[in-house]
Amino acid sequence: MKFDTIIIGGGLSGLMTGIALSKSGQRCLIISSGQSALHFFSGSFELYGCDGNPLKAIAGLNESHPYSKLGVETIEKLAERVPAMFGEMGISLVGTHLRNHYRVTPLGFLKPAWLTLEEYARVESAEQKPWRKVAVMNVEGFLDFQPDFVAAGWAKRGVECSVCNISLPELERLRNNPTEMRATNIAKELVGEVLERLAQKINEASADVEAVLLPTVVGLLDKSAIEQLRSMVHKPIHFVATLPPSVPGIRTQITLRKYFQSLGGVYMLGDTVKCGTIVEARLQSICTANHGEVEFEADNFVLATGSFFSHGIVATSEQVYEPILGLDVDAAGVRSEWYDRNLFNPQPYMTFGVATDKALRVSKEGATLQNMYAVGAALSGCNPIKEGCGAGVAILTSLYVADEILNKNQGNE
Amino acid sequence: MNNEQNKYDKSFEQCVKCTICTVYCPVAAVNAEYPGPKQAGPDGERYRLKNRSFYDDSLDYCLNCKRCEVACPSNVKIGDIILSARLKYSRKQPKLRDKMLANTDFMGSLATTFAPLVNSTLRLEPVKRIMDKTLAIDHHRTFPAYSGQKFESWFRKTARKQQTAYDRCVSYFHGCYVNYNYPKQGQDFVKVMNAIGYGVQLLEKERCCGVALISNRMEAQARKQAEINMASIRAAVQADMPVLTTSSTCTFTMRDEYPHILQVDNADVREKIMLATKFIFELVDSGKVKLAFREDYRKRIAYHTPCHMEKLGWSIYSTSLLRMIPGVDFVMLDSQCCGIAGTYGFKSENYAYSQKIGEPLFNQIKSTEVDMVATDCETCKWQIEMSTGVVVENPISILADALDVEQTRKLNNINI
Repeated sequence: MKFDTIIIGGGLSGLMTGIALSKSGQRCLIISSGQSALHFFSGSFELYGCDGNPLKAIAGLNESHPYSKLGVETIEKLAERVPAMFGEMGISLVGTHLRNHYRVTPLGFLKPAWLTLEEYARVESAEQKPWRKVAVMNVEGFLDFQPDFVAAGWAKRGVECSVCNISLPELERLRNNPTEMRATNIAKELVGEVLERLAQKINEASADVEAVLLPTVVGLLDKSAIEQLRSMVHKPIHFVATLPPSVPGIRTQITLRKYFQSLGGVYMLGDTVKCGTIVEARLQSICTANHGEVEFEADNFVLATGSFFSHGIVATSEQVYEPILGLDVDAAGVRSEWYDRNLFNPQPYMTFGVATDKALRVSKEGATLQNMYAVGAALSGCNPIKEGCGAGVAILTSLYVADEILNKNQGNE
Repeated sequence: MNNEQNKYDKSFEQCVKCTICTVYCPVAAVNAEYPGPKQAGPDGERYRLKNRSFYDDSLDYCLNCKRCEVACPSNVKIGDIILSARLKYSRKQPKLRDKMLANTDFMGSLATTFAPLVNSTLRLEPVKRIMDKTLAIDHHRTFPAYSGQKFESWFRKTARKQQTAYDRCVSYFHGCYVNYNYPKQGQDFVKVMNAIGYGVQLLEKERCCGVALISNRMEAQARKQAEINMASIRAAVQADMPVLTTSSTCTFTMRDEYPHILQVDNADVREKIMLATKFIFELVDSGKVKLAFREDYRKRIAYHTPCHMEKLGWSIYSTSLLRMIPGVDFVMLDSQCCGIAGTYGFKSENYAYSQKIGEPLFNQIKSTEVDMVATDCETCKWQIEMSTGVVVENPISILADALDVEQTRKLNNINI
């Protein structure tokens, strides 16, 4: 079966690459082994975790960083495109790449962010007090959100904050299996009349506050439940992230996938790429677990398989390797150098990933593959947790590679 | 394959408790009694390995759709773990009802002999009430009508002779539904294969694939039937014939449940067992076969992805073939469970859940305004027809209807 571009990995970076290419008329296939890290989405995309202008910090990064391969100018141009791209899919994001704002973590801290879903609580600066008095509400029995932490955070920043648990008889049945009372299960219940009762209880408990903070337990498949709740509650509602699985993350995954498919893209879930045929420094075709002897051919291939968690790269006790094609990886040779004994220090293994050239093309045994690129968390050279750059790298390297592929094609024509 | 080793599938150790499987479980969404695949699968397995008394009968609520496995980012065989645990630890014996529903060959042979009588009796409301009361087969269900003539009998009488004229042949695993209820689908298959230059042969011996036996805990019988099927499949493959099917569930069962659940090895021939739509698509895609379609064929058709088709990952073959028909206005439905899961939805204790699971799909179909729904699974067909009133056909039947047979034969130089 023949495609213009085949993308291995169907998370944020794979989908963004697929969407950008499909929009330009390419016929794309995404192969994804299981659901993606978007299911852990915080509600915010980070470009680079610092105060002020993230581009300034990015300009000072060393040359092995994926951002340095793109260059600040390109990053700025690509970043400008992002809010509108999501807007077209019906995902409204607030923020700018020129100055970080702050999102509220489930533990009540503030973290720098680039773009945040509009329904989320956020502040422009650490000193800003958006309300004098706010109520943090939770659903009785839901353990993946601790309103006391969030309240303590606001209290520290000088906002008066009350805590309230709302109990709804319709949610009691979820407590039969307390470990399974997760944000997503609750969101499936919070529709229709149950949502109306929730709104009523919020109204009863929020008479003397300016706004209500809620965990993201509403709006799994689309945003309509959020809109309904807002229309029924008298005070403004802002959401705070819960522990995973992430309700807005799943909604975002579904939205991106549907959008990609609406552009003619083919998305295969639950399949694993098993092997590939490389001829004269070009990847010609790949085969998968589900399709056996069928060969999937394409002009270009994109590796968007993620890092250790998604098995984009794999570590054994002796080595770190890329499991599909045995591509070159950047990783410390000796195991003792993989990690720092202090858990809270930056861990070297977090920067391990697939080695690429300036165009983000991968290589095997030192030879660059002319038609295969890597994007997102599969790339080496950054520590997404410590630097706060995971989503930025995922989105911007994807758009960068999509441009590379399209420009190359134009050159050929 | 090492039986003992396989019984203790170690993939549960890869589970990181992310709960993504439970998000996509159709049962957990509607039934609070079911703890969800993470708890029923990898979590529970750790306990059960310690002590079998941790086994919980709520695992019977799992409808074996395998959507948990499709969603899992860590490659845990969640559905297999649950199904294997049911076979290994459950102390419940299959009821008379379960035996009746699962023994499709026995019941089918009996029913086709007396088809008119059986069909009209099973449609009577009082009979349905009695079956609900005595057997716990839900009265809302109507059994699919039995055919007066088995597909196998039709084939032997009418079609077998001319098949030998073709120098290339495929073997057809028709399955119970085609044989006892809907021979037309098998006839359509023969029509399409002949049109593109392939003769059709039946397996030496075909038994029900055993999917219903497995889910109703009749493991020994399922294994026996699997071994009979595998022997015939091997003989067909040795004679250079791939084994084609028109049911996604039979296909999935023979390819994956045989080795994973029944420990019946199929590694040597697994690649040769496939849906007819995959086989035909590959021929067309590689340019080896050309299809010509009737100019007067006009239909708006929506495709429903059965759960086992989702697991196989093969809906692209069926949908690509449908899209090739110029007169088809194609609509892709969201991939979601219809709720019936074979015999599951026939049981009184499951009926309400079954309908609630399928509700979003039914609503989407009702609001799409199509002439028909296409799907590769017969039980999805019964469920969708009953719940929406829209006609459902197998893609092979649609192909057979839309094909310009004479023109196709000419394009492929078939002079038989």
